[in-house]
Amino acid sequence: MDFRFTPEQEAFREEFVSWLEKNLPEGWDPSRYRNYESFDEWARAYKDFQKRLSDGGYAAMHYPHEVGGQGKTLMEEVIVLQTLASACMELRTPGIITHGMAVPTIFHCGNEDQKREFLPKIFDGTHIWCQGFSEPNAGSDVANVSTRAVKEGDHYILNGQKVWTSFAHVSDYCIILVRTDPHVKKHKGLSYLLLDMKLPGVEVRPVTQITGEAEFNEVYMEDVRVPVEMLVGQEGQGWMIAITTLMFERVLGDATMAAAYDKNIALLIDMARQTKRSGRPIIEDPIFRQQLAQAYIDVMVLKYHGLRNLSSQLQGGTPGPEGSIGKLLWSEPNQRITEDALGMQGPTSQIMSGSPWSIQDGFWQYGFLRSKGNTIEAGSSEIQRNIIGERVLGLPKDISRAARQE
Amino acid sequence: MDIKFNEDQIEIARQARRFCENESPMDYVRDMFEDERGFKDDIWTKMVEMGWTAICIPEAYGGLEMELLDLAVVLEEMGRAVIPGPFFSTVLLAAEAIKEAGSDAQKEQYLAGIAAGEIKGTLALYEPDGGADPGYIQMDASTDGDGFTLNGTKLFVPDAHVADFLVCAARTEAGNDPAQGITLFIVDPKTEGISVSLLPTMDGTRKLCAVEFKGTKVSQEGILGEPNNGWASLKRVLQRAQVGLCAESVGGAQRAMEIATEYAKIRIQFDQPIGAFQAIKHRCAQMFVEVESARSILYYAAWAQDHEDAKAAEIAASVAKSHCSDVYRNTSASCLQVLGGTGFSWEHDIHLYIKRAKANEVALGDPVYHREQVAQLIAG
Repeated sequence: MDFRFTPEQEAFREEFVSWLEKNLPEGWDPSRYRNYESFDEWARAYKDFQKRLSDGGYAAMHYPHEVGGQGKTLMEEVIVLQTLASACMELRTPGIITHGMAVPTIFHCGNEDQKREFLPKIFDGTHIWCQGFSEPNAGSDVANVSTRAVKEGDHYILNGQKVWTSFAHVSDYCIILVRTDPHVKKHKGLSYLLLDMKLPGVEVRPVTQITGEAEFNEVYMEDVRVPVEMLVGQEGQGWMIAITTLMFERVLGDATMAAAYDKNIALLIDMARQTKRSGRPIIEDPIFRQQLAQAYIDVMVLKYHGLRNLSSQLQGGTPGPEGSIGKLLWSEPNQRITEDALGMQGPTSQIMSGSPWSIQDGFWQYGFLRSKGNTIEAGSSEIQRNIIGERVLGLPKDISRAARQE
Repeated sequence: MDIKFNEDQIEIARQARRFCENESPMDYVRDMFEDERGFKDDIWTKMVEMGWTAICIPEAYGGLEMELLDLAVVLEEMGRAVIPGPFFSTVLLAAEAIKEAGSDAQKEQYLAGIAAGEIKGTLALYEPDGGADPGYIQMDASTDGDGFTLNGTKLFVPDAHVADFLVCAARTEAGNDPAQGITLFIVDPKTEGISVSLLPTMDGTRKLCAVEFKGTKVSQEGILGEPNNGWASLKRVLQRAQVGLCAESVGGAQRAMEIATEYAKIRIQFDQPIGAFQAIKHRCAQMFVEVESARSILYYAAWAQDHEDAKAAEIAASVAKSHCSDVYRNTSASCLQVLGGTGFSWEHDIHLYIKRAKANEVALGDPVYHREQVAQLIAG
């Protein structure tokens, strides 16, 4: 067993860290949790920075040259992503779905034309992608998707509605799950399309969320004509491709989240030193010290679990249902950590960003609220536990679900 | 980066699994739970023949000179089988203390003896008011220039009743820094002035003793390591032993998860296996999440002992001890809930796991202690 980078990997990491120091956007302030007022500005900043990464030779490390990648291994990609997560997560956020879901889906399930057309423009920052799975009646029950795609000549005609579509309002394309055959069992009638968000009939309406921002959207489709070349795989394979996509989202995610949270722990320690409760620094209180240590433990467990999982991927495994562990290990601890951080602040925890009494620019206030979505997005905790229970431990489906899926 | 067992470790784990199934079935565990001595010599001899007592002992003293991770592979399987007996006390406490602080002559005598399976030892550390912090050592050791006289009581000394020697931590100098002034002694428990008594503890598979010292004489040759500086050595010994306990805990938690999952598949209520109900399914899934997360941090902490710098290794040991303790306690308790009334019975094995989980949780620093250690190490 060896938990270290090789000397070559370590040299690459150092090289990238020093490149990054010189290439962060001008005026970008790492002490602020949010540098951009609008989502348009934020998306622009992401695209510009992705272009810079690409020009520097650091985009899509583990993808082949033919599709715009660097032809290296997953390790180099992990090193880049970890470094970015701890240095400038904000600049990556608008591209999370793009890189975590759209890229692996197109690469592993798309045809050669689709790969050559779409991947290079993702890697060089030209395009942001969103993901259209959820619908008002297809939340955890994703297979209940009812957005219809009817084939007419060389087009699919789309009608329906998606919801909770992150970054749809700044996206150029969407990976979308649609129903092409309403007459077969529900999983079997789904297909996977690549949707150009600029097509006539696509309407995006932002949904204001608990943080007061609108990261999510409703996406309405009315007689949207999608060329048949935009079908991924075959008709009826949508469910299988979607499941694969969801698992890919998790592998790099775990390794990256730990790096992002490492930075949060450093902030938490800083806060505990500088903020007083009843006249003494938080860091001197034995109960808060326990919470601080538990936060550190949670993140360290996530980190080494993520590395162990990654290592097994590197040995040739494909992402499996075990990935659900990682999802639970980052989402639930993040809620505990942000809750504890607010608990440490006492009454001041109510003050958001923008006051002389704000602590750390309201980082933890935003984090606390945003973390409430962590156990819902990308498959709720309940769905993760179903996946582990049924697909890893081999426990039976409950009678009602088993009967429906016969 | 390569985070998986190598061929040797896979083989060690396979052999250990087979050994535990054949030589230490639950009938044996239950017999030893009730037995005062707590193990049978022929099982001990077979463990020695497997090479287990020699894994981390240097080749120069007849050992295999392997890494803590290799030993953790065996300990995980032993924990899975809640194996009784003085393996942990001898191999992870006594041998590590001698290895860390012993003179050549002491190593020749004790390490070679342990590797060959001829002697057993333990560590006398905790005291009645010690709390969670094993650094709190007050037992008096005074000198008249020729050797020392020990007076005081040691508690929770594992397997002292069957040990051939004790490594005992005592205070030889008082001062402001409690970590200073501690000296380690090697003591024969048959020495005049020592009385050993078994404590009626919850976990009968890990015997704990009270050891009372009344004017016990120890010669100069009995001093282990540098006088007054015993804590520096002990600290490293304890870290390795903490990681060893984590391995046992992960193995035990793994078994508890399996017991719960197997039962959830066959127990029918409301016309279906109870594992079909999300109330049960999610409980089992949570056990799996916790066990796998504990295993990940265990492997890192064990590897770190032999490959990372001192501070990183110390942090990893405390993080792992806190997490694995919590996980074993939660998982074994959760298993009982899945088993329902059956799990509450003496007849079902899960109580043995719940009791070992509790013993491992509080041994060598409980989670509260280790979280405070982590806080000190990361934030001062």
